[in-house]
Amino acid sequence: MYFPISHSEVSLAYLVIVGFLIGVMGGFFGVGGSFIAGPALRLVGIDWNFAVGTDLAHIVGKSVVAAKRHRALGNVDLRLGLIMAVGTIGGAEIGAQLIEVFKRAGNVNLVVSVVSIVIYAGISTFMIWESMKTLARGKRSIPQKSSGSGSKTDVSAFQHVTEKIQRWRLPPMISLPESGVTISLWVILLVAFVGGLFSGFLGGGAGYIRMPSMVYVLGIPTHLAVGTDLFEIIISASYGTFTHAIKGNVDILIALVMNTGAAVGAQIGALSTQYFAGPKIRLAFVPLPLIGAGIVIYTMVTGHKL
Amino acid sequence: MSLRPKTDVRRKLRIFAVELVIYSGLVTVYFLVVLHFLSDWLVQLETRHVHTYAIVAILLIIGQAAVLEAVTTGLLRLLRRAFRR
Repeated sequence: MYFPISHSEVSLAYLVIVGFLIGVMGGFFGVGGSFIAGPALRLVGIDWNFAVGTDLAHIVGKSVVAAKRHRALGNVDLRLGLIMAVGTIGGAEIGAQLIEVFKRAGNVNLVVSVVSIVIYAGISTFMIWESMKTLARGKRSIPQKSSGSGSKTDVSAFQHVTEKIQRWRLPPMISLPESGVTISLWVILLVAFVGGLFSGFLGGGAGYIRMPSMVYVLGIPTHLAVGTDLFEIIISASYGTFTHAIKGNVDILIALVMNTGAAVGAQIGALSTQYFAGPKIRLAFVPLPLIGAGIVIYTMVTGHKL
Repeated sequence: MSLRPKTDVRRKLRIFAVELVIYSGLVTVYFLVVLHFLSDWLVQLETRHVHTYAIVAILLIIGQAAVLEAVTTGLLRLLRRAFRR
């Protein structure tokens, strides 16, 4: 089918299937999935700028659906999400400025590629170590209830470090009853800022950084981290969609087709989290940053941008 | 005793599946309606009024996601009432 805004010819079925797969993944892991959606759009000949902007637009829709479903399951901490949105937007702006600095220095591609490979590989290695260790200990997270009342607990082999961070009492302290955590505002803002920084610097929503840091640094139970991250992505991706749309980088018709599949997939993904314990979700998360690293390595080695 | 939670899960999954089928139909119809009636207008908007286009784009995508989900929930409620009667 011909899409007049981006002047591209793409199969509707392809867009719906890609949207559906990314939707399931996003609903389950709390990520936008841009590191797969971007290359998938590029693969069928959509210009890179449209791939990035359109992907962000479809992420908004998918995240709304998944976050609503997670909210119904009691997996969204609205207060935390709103605070994090502030830090994320600030970080994203600084990340975008950093890109400009490296662009002027003439080595943006090399720097971004190396940083992303290190970050992706680092996250995967750490998460595989932590979740395997937690699972091996035989401790089990408390399965999630379908109602949103009360705090939810989770177990992690990294818990002793998280507890040390939570003991850092730099005012103002923020109480998050939904997550069962009281923590310094500055720690929340720092985590969100770092996520935003990578989002602006490496592209996409950076859920692959924010979701693990919410679990390991803030001590948010995995299910709540997934739901809250999705809620936070609605705000940051809407902001991204707006800025890309005014630059002429969004084909809303393609985004709507993708969202047809993604909205359905996101509901399935979100509901599936109910049947898995936190460490298992984290272990299943491991391949995602590795796929991202694989795409970057492919781009560096072959010179082709997927 | 152990059969009850299983039946409960099955019932919940059945409701979810019905909800998903209705929702899938609605999002598809929504896209086709936008494509048929708004396609040309969106192309013009994208070239002439980018700020309006940006706002409309966000509203359209949120509409597809959130409003249709609310419509699905409402339809399901109506269906349940009709079945009870």
